[in-house]
Amino acid sequence: MSSTQTTRPDPGGDRAVIETGTKRAGDTVFRGTATGSGVLILLVLAAVAAFLVGEAVPAFTADPAEIEGERGLVAYVWPLLFGTVLAAVIALLVATPIAVGIALFISHYAPRRLAQGLGYLVDLLAAVPSIVYGIWGITVLSRWMIPVYGWLAEQLGFIPLFAGPASTTGRTILTAGLVLAVMILPIITALSRDVFLQTPRLHEEAALALGATRWEMVKYSVIPYGRSGVVSAAMLGLGRALGETMAVALVLSVSNVVTFNLVSSTNPSTIAANIALNFPEASGIDVNVLIASGLALFVITFLVNFAARWVVQRSGAKA
Amino acid sequence: MTTTTGPSPSPEAVAEIEQPMRQARLPRWTPWASLAAALVVALLVTAPGGRSLGGVVAITAIAHLVLIGVLSAVREGSRRAKDRIVTALVTIAFGLAMIPLVSVVWTVVGNGLARFDTTFFTWSMRGVVGEGGGALHAIWGTIIVTLIAALISVPVGLLAAVYLVEYGAGSRLAKAITFLVDVMTGIPSIVAGLFVAALFVIVVGPGTKLGIMGSLALAVLMIPTVVRSTEEMLKLVPNDLREAAYALGVPKWRTITKVVLRTSVSGIATGITLAIARVAGETAPLLVTLGITTGTNFNPFDGRMATLPVYAYYQYTQPGVPAEAGVERAWTAALVLIILVMALNLVARLISRLFAPKVGR
Repeated sequence: MSSTQTTRPDPGGDRAVIETGTKRAGDTVFRGTATGSGVLILLVLAAVAAFLVGEAVPAFTADPAEIEGERGLVAYVWPLLFGTVLAAVIALLVATPIAVGIALFISHYAPRRLAQGLGYLVDLLAAVPSIVYGIWGITVLSRWMIPVYGWLAEQLGFIPLFAGPASTTGRTILTAGLVLAVMILPIITALSRDVFLQTPRLHEEAALALGATRWEMVKYSVIPYGRSGVVSAAMLGLGRALGETMAVALVLSVSNVVTFNLVSSTNPSTIAANIALNFPEASGIDVNVLIASGLALFVITFLVNFAARWVVQRSGAKA
Repeated sequence: MTTTTGPSPSPEAVAEIEQPMRQARLPRWTPWASLAAALVVALLVTAPGGRSLGGVVAITAIAHLVLIGVLSAVREGSRRAKDRIVTALVTIAFGLAMIPLVSVVWTVVGNGLARFDTTFFTWSMRGVVGEGGGALHAIWGTIIVTLIAALISVPVGLLAAVYLVEYGAGSRLAKAITFLVDVMTGIPSIVAGLFVAALFVIVVGPGTKLGIMGSLALAVLMIPTVVRSTEEMLKLVPNDLREAAYALGVPKWRTITKVVLRTSVSGIATGITLAIARVAGETAPLLVTLGITTGTNFNPFDGRMATLPVYAYYQYTQPGVPAEAGVERAWTAALVLIILVMALNLVARLISRLFAPKVGR
């Protein structure tokens, strides 16, 4: 995943020497196919963008009255966009500290012999399909959260986030965010663990030799070294949380409003969940509207991932 | 953590050196004792108002943090106290992540076993109302759709990785491809489904739902994963092997197919298996591209196909009458799906362990 490997031989560097010989048909063909496959990937990405734009255009130009809610495209997409970002941010705020903790536990605290096995356990979380998380979220997690929401609304109701009235089903945006947090936990953990493990051994030993406790060693050598890696891992997690569909579609009870109230039964939907719920039965202009919202999602996740990769590349060049 | 080299000094010398620097330390068993004490505290605190597992665990964790912090601060000073608190915190973080894993497996196995019977694997849903019925059609659908996706994405991904490592290394095109592949791994799966849906709306007409559309959507998701893992594996092949082949006069393309790919085949197979495992559980792109049917459909170019994830979704959200029958089928489908994905992951780990290349890191 991470591109911080620096001392790699350059396998293409000998190209000039090899290709001065006689041209072989096999070489030309193989090289052409390989290059073609590479270019094909670029074309696919371009096609994704082009077809989404092409099918979204009718929604942009349509009469506002034809679009669901009868107030135009922006009014329709805005609450969805809000819900998408809200759920993803909740997931990120919950998952990042825990993931960093787990990554430190596996890389620096767990007994050496157990560490790899424990890492696999966390990776297993990533192997559970999203539909399973969705059904689990709606039947188990939401029920766990009902008393918690009741308590939050009662005790902390003065904070707008927990204003209530508390949902009696537990199917709130906070539950959706928590399910998303579970789903992005493994990716943030795996990437953070990788950068933490790459901390130069000498930095760590120097800190310990100066009498630092293990936490001081981690604080002054491991965390500064891994900070940019953790940032990009969190952003990749954010990208995944933004686009996650089924878990949200199942868990959330939707009413398309814009609200910061996290524990009530009226919640904004997310773009991806809205598409999943409505696309199978949609027809006519509704299809175009849904594709337009999908385009918005594509652009947002593209930008987030772009930024994350940019951070990785920049830090990779520095290391 | 620390490594010692050279002959170790005699025990007396060590004792002499360590003597003035020795600090008061808590005995090694202190954390465990603190944890046990915290558990007792939690049980006592929750006793009057009725216990819930979550409450006990949460109070135990907090009590343990406080207890170990105070003990250590009194006996060992604030620096070590901080160290112990952080140790407890990261351990708790790990434990926290295990809760959903255990809970998911527990509930899915517990609820899924009810219908984990022969009927489920030998019946489709054609003509089934209420109880009975199975997921044979959905299992076939998942196998067909995933296999076609793999047939499309493996050659493309493999060859693109070969280009990136063997032909294009350092060129501007290769850099652009690498970067966009990285970005593509983050495409939301529903967007891949929408893309294929939009494509077929334009090419075939609105409302088209075909098995092949699902395969294409999965292929879009799978290609970047295959490229990334293959690329990593090809980079691990030592240059000496390539040079040895060139020195023998072997053409470059035969060097790649017979030496480079042969050396890294286990790593590539692992990556492909993991990629298949990832897309096999995808729901969203299939929901918008191939829909659901009640009967078995073996032809991906003709009509809708059922797949396990979509089957689980519809059985759960539209269970029919009586609702329990549908919900039970959904749980069993989820169980089958988890078993399938976990098995693929296990196979991937086995491949990488058993056939790991004897070179590199």
